[in-house]
Amino acid sequence: MEAAVFAVCAVIVLSGALGVVLSRNPVHSALSLVGTLFGVAVLFIVQDANFLAAVQVIVYAGAIVVLFLFVIMLLGVDRTDDIETEPLVAQRPLAILAGIALGGGLIAVLVGSTITGVRGSGATLKADTPDVEQIGRLLFTSYLFPFEITSVLLVIAVVGAVLLARARPGDQIDEEEPVAELRAEPAPLDEEEEVDA
Amino acid sequence: MIVAADTVAVDWYLALGALLFTVGAVGLLIRRNPLVMFMCVELMLNAVNLTFVSLARELGDVGGQVVVFFVLVVAAAEVVVGLGIIVSILRRRPGATADDMSLLRG
Repeated sequence: MEAAVFAVCAVIVLSGALGVVLSRNPVHSALSLVGTLFGVAVLFIVQDANFLAAVQVIVYAGAIVVLFLFVIMLLGVDRTDDIETEPLVAQRPLAILAGIALGGGLIAVLVGSTITGVRGSGATLKADTPDVEQIGRLLFTSYLFPFEITSVLLVIAVVGAVLLARARPGDQIDEEEPVAELRAEPAPLDEEEEVDA
Repeated sequence: MIVAADTVAVDWYLALGALLFTVGAVGLLIRRNPLVMFMCVELMLNAVNLTFVSLARELGDVGGQVVVFFVLVVAAAEVVVGLGIIVSILRRRPGATADDMSLLRG
């Protein structure tokens, strides 16, 4: 049973990941990302991490991907990428070579080593207790300080996002001008500096 | 390692995580659209999450699942700030790719 679920989910996860990388249209990439995220969520459920599966679907598929789609739609960057043009000489073959080396290295480490069974935290995963309770108990005892720090991180992120998204004078696109023309010719870097000054 | 009749060995999960991470890393290297590059980072984070959950089950340790919780929070914060930066760059310079962003200024 678990083997079948794993096989199906592995195919979904990997094809979704390849879809993210290979799609020309960013919207298709975002939708492939949803497939990958759902596959990973199902794999979480199979491994008895029900709470994390729910959070994965809510936070990732529900919030993060929607945020991606909002940005794609708002900025109108859903045009197809020219995936063929290569700005740097031999960047793509080198990247694929590096990927093969990375993946091969990881698999080699996996094959050549055994899991020692040394635990990081003292809490043992119990089968009969709900995992929400176990995570919550550990989160508010051993991991209390990191938990508090995360709240600070979230506040910083919110403030940073507001500051970044604030409209500054002079960085608006001229509304009279049709967006298609602007999209066709990105402003060169040199002119940018004069606008700033 | 307990090998019951209907469980998958942890090695398969770790291999899937490794492959997912590799796909994400290669995508980050070959794509130039900043949004797609960002999605590739999410792929890599998911690969790590999958690895953590698999080892949490293998070792019977709740700590692995708690770390995944933190990774999710950090990913959310990262996406908010990163997309804010991308929006402010693309608003000024529509159609910019990663190659156009060589200066650390708007």
